[in-house]
Amino acid sequence: MANKTVTATRMELTRLKRKLVTTRRGHKLLKDKRDELMRQFLSMVRDNMELRKKVEAGLAASNKNFVLAKSTMSEEAVNVAFMTPKQEVSLEVSEKNIMSVDIPVFEYKTRTSDPNDIYSYGFAFTSSDLDDAVKSLSDLLPDMLKLAETEKACQLMAAEIEKTRRRVNALEHVIIPETEAGIKMITMKLDENERSTQIRLMKVKDMLLEEAHHYSERQA
Amino acid sequence: MYKIAIMGESDSIYGFATLGLDTFPVDNPESAQKTLRNLAENDYAVVYITENCAAGIQNEIDRYSEEKLPAIILVPGVYGNTGDGVRNVSKSVEQAVGSDIIFGGDKE
Repeated sequence: MANKTVTATRMELTRLKRKLVTTRRGHKLLKDKRDELMRQFLSMVRDNMELRKKVEAGLAASNKNFVLAKSTMSEEAVNVAFMTPKQEVSLEVSEKNIMSVDIPVFEYKTRTSDPNDIYSYGFAFTSSDLDDAVKSLSDLLPDMLKLAETEKACQLMAAEIEKTRRRVNALEHVIIPETEAGIKMITMKLDENERSTQIRLMKVKDMLLEEAHHYSERQA
Repeated sequence: MYKIAIMGESDSIYGFATLGLDTFPVDNPESAQKTLRNLAENDYAVVYITENCAAGIQNEIDRYSEEKLPAIILVPGVYGNTGDGVRNVSKSVEQAVGSDIIFGGDKE
């Protein structure tokens, strides 16, 4: 740290002092940012886990329904039933800003507003298990979207927290000590210079006086 | 206007077609990678991918984890839950905090 060459001038000293002030302020701000991000992240990640467990349980249930449905129907019948989907989902993506992290917010629109209008097949040739399966999936969709939103937000925030943490650490453990050492070095160097100038002046004064009054001769 | 996609083994995903999601059946990592890339370049904001399918292309998925879109979400497929989805959540905690302080306890 101290072996970094610093020119020992007053200009450099002022520059370093100013830099130290800015760095300290930046460090404090970044630390606050990190703490707040962390607080929000932790609550969000808990939601994320809960949602995920819910979605996974729901998917497992609906997968079971699908397997049941498939077991009572022929492969072709199932394929025909799903050939032309009736429903269409589109997403509107907006942004939310949490502590300077842009987080996508999804809003979904279905083509038909009737939530029961999801069966893309006539009921005559399909088993009722298939209806159950489709229903359970469609009930799950809002949660799945919520999960997508939360999980993405968590990923983005985790990345941002990591970045911020690195910055905080770099400031705290490298930049600030380095600057402080630089300031100390320059101050000492300048003090040293001042003392040597003082001594030199005293010596010169002595010599001048000696020349004018010849003290040493008189003493002898 | 964005769309939602789901990719994975066709057995796991065909049901989502009724909900209006676009289904992309894939059965090997190469085609999965190609499909995912295609989806990310087009207007898909959310891509659900089955855990089995995702296991082969983890690198590709990680590439998008710091991008705003698409959100790539692992879901369990019809062949059972591998726990990768939950592990991913723990991983992001680990990335943020340094170690998994929240879910470390309830791992099986």
